[in-house]
Amino acid sequence: MNDMSNKWIGTRTIRPDGADKVTGRATYSADNTMPGMIWGKILRSPHAHARIKSIDTSKAEALPGVKAIVTAKDFVDFPLDKSVMLGIQDMRWMARNVMAKEKALFHGHPVAAVAAINEQVAAEACALIAVDYEVLPHAIEIEDAIKPDAPILHDWVQHEGKPSNIAGTMVLKTGDIEKGFAEADIIVERTFTTRPVHQGYIEPHACTVSHAADGRVTIWSSSQGQFMVRAMTALLTGIPQSNIRAIPAEIGGGFGAKTIVYLEPVAVLLSKKSGRPVKIVMSRDDVQRATGPAPGSLMTVKIGAKKDGTLVAAKGEFYLQAGGLPGSPLRGPVGCSFAAYAIPNILSTGYDVVSNRSKVAAYRAPGAPHGAFAAESVLDEIAEKLGIDPLDMRVRNSAKPGDKAIYGPNFGDVTFIETVDAIRKHPHYKAPLDKNPRPGVKRGRGVASGFWYNAGGESSVQVNITEDGNVVVTTGHPDVGGSRASIANVVAELLGIEHGRVNVIIGDTQTIGFSNLTGGSRVTFASAMVATSACEKVVAQLKDRAAKIWKIEAEAVKWEDGMALPAGDNAGKFPPLSLKDLAAKANEMGGPIGNQTQLNTTGADPGFATHCVDVEVDVDLGIVRVLRYTAAQDVGRALHPGYVEGQIQGGVVQGIGWALSEEYLYDKNGKVDNATFLDYRMPVCSDVPMIEALVIEIPNSKHPQGVRGVGEAPIVPPLAAIANAVYDALGKRFTALPMSPPKVVERLEQAD
Amino acid sequence: MSKTHVTTTINGEPMEFLTDGASSLLDVLRGPLGLTGTKEGCGTGDCGACSVTVDGRLMCACLMLAVEAEGKSIGTIEGMAQGETLHPLQQKFLEMAALQCGICTPGVLISARSLLEKNPDPTEEEVRFGLAGNLCRCTGYDKIVRAVLETAADMRESAR
Repeated sequence: MNDMSNKWIGTRTIRPDGADKVTGRATYSADNTMPGMIWGKILRSPHAHARIKSIDTSKAEALPGVKAIVTAKDFVDFPLDKSVMLGIQDMRWMARNVMAKEKALFHGHPVAAVAAINEQVAAEACALIAVDYEVLPHAIEIEDAIKPDAPILHDWVQHEGKPSNIAGTMVLKTGDIEKGFAEADIIVERTFTTRPVHQGYIEPHACTVSHAADGRVTIWSSSQGQFMVRAMTALLTGIPQSNIRAIPAEIGGGFGAKTIVYLEPVAVLLSKKSGRPVKIVMSRDDVQRATGPAPGSLMTVKIGAKKDGTLVAAKGEFYLQAGGLPGSPLRGPVGCSFAAYAIPNILSTGYDVVSNRSKVAAYRAPGAPHGAFAAESVLDEIAEKLGIDPLDMRVRNSAKPGDKAIYGPNFGDVTFIETVDAIRKHPHYKAPLDKNPRPGVKRGRGVASGFWYNAGGESSVQVNITEDGNVVVTTGHPDVGGSRASIANVVAELLGIEHGRVNVIIGDTQTIGFSNLTGGSRVTFASAMVATSACEKVVAQLKDRAAKIWKIEAEAVKWEDGMALPAGDNAGKFPPLSLKDLAAKANEMGGPIGNQTQLNTTGADPGFATHCVDVEVDVDLGIVRVLRYTAAQDVGRALHPGYVEGQIQGGVVQGIGWALSEEYLYDKNGKVDNATFLDYRMPVCSDVPMIEALVIEIPNSKHPQGVRGVGEAPIVPPLAAIANAVYDALGKRFTALPMSPPKVVERLEQAD
Repeated sequence: MSKTHVTTTINGEPMEFLTDGASSLLDVLRGPLGLTGTKEGCGTGDCGACSVTVDGRLMCACLMLAVEAEGKSIGTIEGMAQGETLHPLQQKFLEMAALQCGICTPGVLISARSLLEKNPDPTEEEVRFGLAGNLCRCTGYDKIVRAVLETAADMRESAR
């Protein structure tokens, strides 16, 4: 079924949820109301680090209009000495992130919540809650948090036998790193830093929740997984999953950060206490202070190569910020940084560093862009010193199918070289670049590559034939950017009917089987796989029905262009039976036609990307502009090319923001100083050029349509590609992000 | 708190509401009037998700007090299509996949319509600056800019 002559797969159909989204009718999480609803508000810590000695809510409770107040004592207790995991999340930390318990660990950390008849009363009540804090010294930056005399966030965290802010480590190694460096003709070692960046979704977190008199709970919220919302809420409130219906609202961006809960368990307990539905909506200020971001990093990468460019040894030390509670994405830089290369000797170590900032959340290829910034910058320097084209060096060192990956398994397909070749052959890479176009302006070109694991995992789908012979598909995955469109293409193709006859919806937790998070570039891979399986079973049912009607064997029936036909002349001569014909006869021939398929999907091969970028630097003002950007990626198969290109283009522009302008600024009290979109500077339309997406389709043999996964890999190369381009323009390497105007000017004033 | 009675026009239809002095136009649109197609991304006029027109002028609804709507004509995303017929920009955005999550889309469409009313033949740069007040985190803007340019070309063609 992986045929480039497909009628629907690979075409730019109109998404099933499209008309609602361009007319303002699509309902996102803040767009819902419930009868009798009241408003919740979170009281947040005004301190970066403080022990919570007591909380007195009596004055707030006495305020007219206040209906309920909750603090950490209302939640299920997760003792510090006993880990309770849900996926990669430890509920000890999740519970304490949702509501501070022993300590407030960052400015903006929730310490209590109020539900009241309106938002104003809820805000007044928050101001009346008296929290007795013992303010403690704080540490924000990694460098400060790992100093010997740093304020310790958690007494129970030990590293190398001593109290520490290093909450965890991860080590991957192969070969003999010392021997490897001894064999090298050239060794380059550099230390890099990146700043925390927010995922920057435009939709703030919000939910509307009802805890009914019989204990049944309805949650309306946007997330990257309604089943995650249900499971985490159940764990944190003690309500059984069977009593929680989590309905996925349309999601206004997530990029990883909506794979955890912030508000839902709080709203459930407020609703339970008040006996009223409760709505909570975060402000942008809340979002920027207390959700996400991706970690900042401190990284040292050392790579050794032979004169011919063969890489012989690589060592990486990656310190990532976890925020106030443990859990930074170490497997990103530790596992991905060198994964695309066949390097015989590798030692890759990650350190999870807690400090007094909001707990980090996943952001598109979590941790991988950091590592790629370091590793791909060092590779660029080695290539330059050896006088080798940087893309040739990548081809020379590409991992091969069957090689053992540093993170464990043996590679299946390795389609890295194809992405490099796509850039090498592209007119962009060959185009002349005037490096000094006018006084005060310099231009440069850079390349870099990136790797992401991709993922399979649990997915459920229902394919039901309606009584009038059309199709409704229900999947369990929130659609962050076109997955319904992709699944509609697959189902229309497999059933052989017009695309417009297929409707795809997202089920809630009580109407569709368990489906894991929308994240890790897994949803289109997994849901197309289960949808294919379900369609095959539906087609078998349809053939069976036709066989019964014709009184022939089911094997003598074929399904073509949405119709049952006799498989050959020997089967007999019968007029075709369409999907509509068979649906009309469904009940007399055995009942409704449909299938639910639930699988733990496997076979998601990794994704590779190679990017090329031209930049222009105003050397007086320090402004770096991206002039041209080309991004090549093997996606396996683009079920809907428009949304595949969109994933690549969007990931690249997020990478441009990360490289050039986005960062958190803190004041001396440990408070975020730029919690608005004005001061937290994400790329706007006039900051960026068109992004050319080179979509390479080398089908993944382990997927029915050949899908590999798209969304993460595009954000991995840009940081390094842009830094390499800036080097090409200025002759100065930037090892610290963002390369924002003041920092570029400062760097230009430094002597090398 | 005493409320002010406001008489206004929304998407061509007369509308009345009561509001306190502190509520923004966005609060009233999304709350009592139930027009939730206009989105709130920041509340500080930085993201453009709440873009509406006020007497034909592009505004962030979060930056305007609801009482200021008195006597004005407000245009929101709910009024952009004519019944079942989508505005050419809406149709083009669907055809060209110029939206992903869709939360910024109502604001982007309202801004783009304003831009094309003022400048029916914009350059790419003019589109980029015209939409610079509308943050989109999903698309990287590429398909949005192309969709606006193509719509402009189509509208010029059909106006000939």
